[in-house]
Amino acid sequence: MRKSRDQARVRTVEGSPFHVGRLLRWVVVIVWLAFLIVPLYWVAVASIKPQEDLLTSPPVWWPDNPTSIHFDQALNKFNGWKGLKNSLLIAFTTTIFAVIIGTAAAYSMARFRTGGKHLSFWFLSQRILPPIAIVIPIFLLFSRYSEEWFGIRLIDTQAGLIMLYTVFALPFTVWMMYAYFRQMPVELEEAALVDGCSRIQALVKIAWPLAAPGVISAAAFAFIFAWTEFLFAVVLARTEAVTLPVALAGMVTSFQGNLYGEASALTMVSLIPSLMLGILVQRHLVRGLTLGAVRG
Amino acid sequence: MAQVTFEKIRKVYPDGTVAVKELSLEIPDGELMVFVGPSGCGKTTALRMVAGLEQISGGEIRIGDEVVNNLPPRERDIAMVFQNYALYPHKSVYENLSFPLKLRKMEKSEIDRRVQRIAQILELEEQLPRRPRQLSGGQRQRVAMGRAMIREPQVYLMDEPLSNLDAKLRTQMRAEIGLLHKEIGVTTIYVTHDQVEAMTLGERVAVMRKGELQQVASPQELYTHPANLFVAGFIGSPAMNFFEGKIEVVDDGLMVAFGDGQRLRVDDAERDFAPVLAGTAGASVIVGVRPEHLEDAALIPETPSDRRLRGLVRLRELLGSEMVVHFEVEAAPVMTAETREIAADVDASTLTELDHMRSNRRTSFVGRFGVATQAVEGTVAEIAVSAGSLRFFDPSTGARITT
Repeated sequence: MRKSRDQARVRTVEGSPFHVGRLLRWVVVIVWLAFLIVPLYWVAVASIKPQEDLLTSPPVWWPDNPTSIHFDQALNKFNGWKGLKNSLLIAFTTTIFAVIIGTAAAYSMARFRTGGKHLSFWFLSQRILPPIAIVIPIFLLFSRYSEEWFGIRLIDTQAGLIMLYTVFALPFTVWMMYAYFRQMPVELEEAALVDGCSRIQALVKIAWPLAAPGVISAAAFAFIFAWTEFLFAVVLARTEAVTLPVALAGMVTSFQGNLYGEASALTMVSLIPSLMLGILVQRHLVRGLTLGAVRG
Repeated sequence: MAQVTFEKIRKVYPDGTVAVKELSLEIPDGELMVFVGPSGCGKTTALRMVAGLEQISGGEIRIGDEVVNNLPPRERDIAMVFQNYALYPHKSVYENLSFPLKLRKMEKSEIDRRVQRIAQILELEEQLPRRPRQLSGGQRQRVAMGRAMIREPQVYLMDEPLSNLDAKLRTQMRAEIGLLHKEIGVTTIYVTHDQVEAMTLGERVAVMRKGELQQVASPQELYTHPANLFVAGFIGSPAMNFFEGKIEVVDDGLMVAFGDGQRLRVDDAERDFAPVLAGTAGASVIVGVRPEHLEDAALIPETPSDRRLRGLVRLRELLGSEMVVHFEVEAAPVMTAETREIAADVDASTLTELDHMRSNRRTSFVGRFGVATQAVEGTVAEIAVSAGSLRFFDPSTGARITT
């Protein structure tokens, strides 16, 4: 049906038997994909190329004798393992905090009008602030005043980054979950209350399961944000709390020269969780996003 | 089972809107009480206060002997059917039906027995494993009913449960609800804006307007003796015709004069309903007459001349069993807040028409004539007014003139 209509349109409008529209579409898609995939392919291949194949001209598109040495070096010799462990810990913990606090806040705003009409947008508006604007005050707070005032060391700690990332991830989580709860008919929870639920039971048994797709999307965003964040990590994490992006950046600029092979290997490692997450939540992500877009 | 008592119930929203003012009402055990009124009249708010979904600003609601003002919904032993059904989308029909029982920690075998029985009554056996979104509108409605019925509560609350169904299904479900209530006999409060639903279902009907109770009575009583202009206009379809008239005392009784010198005799029955009518002689009153009490005078030649009025026939609508005839009478139309609200409830264009008529001092009438009527569009016809059918209202208060 769709196909025949397209054909008809091309014929009558263009006066040509070729499927110009469809051809054009393919060209656009292929060029687009090339931009996305070629660099990825380059990194993937570079991670298994022997050292001597790395910077040749013309480039080696596929090494004759692939090697795993870069992975070994990146993880064990440079900060790879440490970065991976830190990143996993920080990203997971951030996600959990952001989702729990964000969902609770969003629910309260959607159902009890906490904070009035504009609170949810106010939350979102925090994302408009360029992060770099607050790097210096945050650095000073973490490196000096937190210890002086509260007796807590935050600089170069996982806890410090988790705290900061949770704060950064919250606006989006709140906003997304708010949109989710708003579109959920309040009668569902009222029915649950009449049917015999307490307020908490109505939330846990009815609202929460129905919000699951939104929770998953919000969690995915929080995780990806924490996983890829670089600016604050590089300023606040020096040796102990280095995250994967920081470890990665350290390789390219380190005094040993540019460690392209090791950097590529670590890049591949860093892609794994994002990829897995993407596959896992793909279905929910689309729905969560469109909901946010339409109902925000 | 229990009776439900509203005692001086008030609901004021934080922004100052008064949704319900001083509602006092007693619903005896086992009665099906219908709350009816145009949107925004407070009927749903009143229902939700019984359910515990809305805070009570003042007064007392009792279920049985217990004051429930501060009880959470689950401790009130009520069940509710929502307008949009509020079925849990992530649960199957079986889980939807069994949810209230599960929460009460009932035994599995007993739950199963009850679900099967309800499913059988409501013809939902085949739908049990399905999700709500796989069901038709009528099936969803029945699941919502079933979820309320399964628990055998003290009171059923129904918030416009049929308004999302198409006309045919609505009529069918209306009858089913009526039958079910007769069978189970549990106290039920039924909210609707549809006066036909109210009349057919209600053992008693409470007509509300702007948060105030207008009249509580049996459907027949509402129809025959409406307390005021609003009830008179709201109950009945097509609505009662209203026009302005003046009471005149003649040697042997009372006449009502209107428009271009037409007069109608007020008969004995009508005077019995309104003994003080003579006292209003000379002042203008609002006269109401229902469409079904008007007839083409040519079809009943014995109609006395002082029970006839003249009208210009504008439109004939043949409905098979009757002919709905729209005609214009030379009389001032009634324009009070009540009639405007009723007109607005029908649709906005009726309002404009009303304004237009007012300036021309003509009133649009609707009559339900016999199909044999020879009244021709564009000509003036004589219309017979049945005995005992005129009702008189005080133009300043809108109240029916009684004693």
